Amino acid sequence: MLTVEIVSGGPQLVWHHEFFIDPLNVFLVTLTSFVGLTTAIFSRPYMRIEQDHGKMTPHRQRLYHSMYQLFNFTMLLALTTNNMGILWVAMEAATLTTVLLVSVYRTAASLEAAWKYFILCGVGIAQALFGTVLLYMAAEKVIGTEAGALLWTNLDAVKTQLDPTIITLAFAFLFIGYGTKVGLVPMHNWLPDAHAEGPTPVSAVLSGLLLNVAVYALLRCKVLTDGALGNQLAGELMMGFGLLSVVVAAFFLSRQKDVKRMFAYSSIEHMGLITFAFGMGGAIANYAGLLHMTVHSLIKSAIFFAVGHATQKAGTQNMADIRGLIKVSPRLAWGMMLGSLAILGMPPFGVFASEFLILTTAMRDHSWATPFLLLALGVAFAAVFSRVQPMVFGETSLRKTLGHTPALLPVFAHLGLGLMLGLYIPPYLHDWYRQAAAMIGG
Amino acid sequence: MSEFVAQLINLLASTLLILAFAMISQRRILSLIHLFTAQGATLVAATLVVGYATDQPHLYLSAGITLVVKVILIPLLLHRVINRLNVRWDIETLINIPTTMIIGIVLVIFAFDLALPISRLSASIARGTLGIALACVLLSFLMMITRAKAVPQVIGFLSMENGLFFAATSATYGMPMVVELGIALDVLVGILILGVFMFQIREQFDSLDISHLEKLKED
Repeated sequence: MLTVEIVSGGPQLVWHHEFFIDPLNVFLVTLTSFVGLTTAIFSRPYMRIEQDHGKMTPHRQRLYHSMYQLFNFTMLLALTTNNMGILWVAMEAATLTTVLLVSVYRTAASLEAAWKYFILCGVGIAQALFGTVLLYMAAEKVIGTEAGALLWTNLDAVKTQLDPTIITLAFAFLFIGYGTKVGLVPMHNWLPDAHAEGPTPVSAVLSGLLLNVAVYALLRCKVLTDGALGNQLAGELMMGFGLLSVVVAAFFLSRQKDVKRMFAYSSIEHMGLITFAFGMGGAIANYAGLLHMTVHSLIKSAIFFAVGHATQKAGTQNMADIRGLIKVSPRLAWGMMLGSLAILGMPPFGVFASEFLILTTAMRDHSWATPFLLLALGVAFAAVFSRVQPMVFGETSLRKTLGHTPALLPVFAHLGLGLMLGLYIPPYLHDWYRQAAAMIGG
Repeated sequence: MSEFVAQLINLLASTLLILAFAMISQRRILSLIHLFTAQGATLVAATLVVGYATDQPHLYLSAGITLVVKVILIPLLLHRVINRLNVRWDIETLINIPTTMIIGIVLVIFAFDLALPISRLSASIARGTLGIALACVLLSFLMMITRAKAVPQVIGFLSMENGLFFAATSATYGMPMVVELGIALDVLVGILILGVFMFQIREQFDSLDISHLEKLKED
């Protein structure tokens, strides 16, 4: 309902300008709430099965569900706040809650993943805090020290007057900081571990939502930097690291044995693609980036839902031991097959549309990057498809039945939406993307 | 008067830097915690001086928060952790200490060079200290890299946070109040979680050596 109001009425400010809503964040708020809801529905049977398998205790179950809600709250806070400082605080709080979620099984591997995640993201995000301090320093000269110098709306209004020297350094730190959370390549090490060792619903929200929120933070910084510097520095940085992420992740994809790790690398690849798109800038690339964010988070969470139940059936995450899902559970198998095809960019799913837009823009504006992108997408396709195909079809050895009926509704709801976005974008949604793309300088 | 205050701030800033170097060269965990407490106290003093000199009452409040969180609560927690886990042994570093010190000096020069153009632009009385703040951040970073045990890594993380906080005070007279409160809360919750983790790591591996945490690798 709020969404409708924003699209027709423009940005709004509430509560002493501490919170604000504009087309860019309202679209992410809607997406986050939706995926948060479906993941909660999926979590219920999933975590009960885990409890039957003895991986969870009622006490941890309680911790899990309360942390999950807190995590959703911090993400929504990060999206709606108008204060760059609070944005940082919310990102850090989101890290803390997900650290607890990742370590919820208390196994050696999950502890290791959570520790790495904490230290890497903690250090990374500390750099973003330094960037925020510098940003405040630049803003203070123009706006003054009274409260309000860190409010994004105020900063946006004066962005051309901000001091370029300070902003360059500030963006470098902000980029490292939030880039770590996005999972861009030199800082991506935490991501596959955290995805593979945490419970599957957590992998779904990490991939589908948290990475999006980090991209959002990066976008807000980029708008300010572009305004202050008047050149392409921010965009070029994002393009460079985005492209590197796509290529490196694609090659790592082909070497994975663990199914959740593989899809975690696929998330890095897609985040790289999104960062690349926003780095190119311009109306079409921004539009494609936003569309890609939407379909990626819908489809990737659907895949994790399907993978989660598949691993529960097989009792392992090793891809070589999961075979012939189609004979045990046809609906689950089709969900996984269609999801994988969708994420690999097969038409008619939405990922195809956005990847097509990104590629054509790249060909026009930055033709040097196109061969790398095509190569990476090709490698990724071969890698993922050759793994998923035997998992779904092959000879089966799976006989286990689960104690609770898996919730497959979210899988197909997400895939359906992803399909719809590929075939037809309602004019209403189209306007909305256009407005948001214009906000980030389209 | 203002000359004296500026000198006082510079003195406190150099104390912070010396403490950061002392932490790099320190091998005993107990002394590390003492050094960390001293660093927190220096930070409180610096914040108070800046607050007094510029007549910014909210800096008194943020100095109070720092005092409670970093000088009292966190060292107390760390003491409890090392008592319960009984880890007072000497820590072996990954690179030997003299080499680490030389790398540290290079980092300080780099930090000063990076901060120089910005310091010139700042109107704050403590403008010369931004380089020192950045140097503290980088030195803590170095400490986290060179230590193989969980507790020193955490102390490095916290001292990095000290450096950032000092940067905020010296460059801009502190962040807005809401932000500062949020940061303090995050740090406190973070250290609690890390404390719990240390117990769990100990339970799993019978040691706090981070080198056990290298099972998840690309094969």
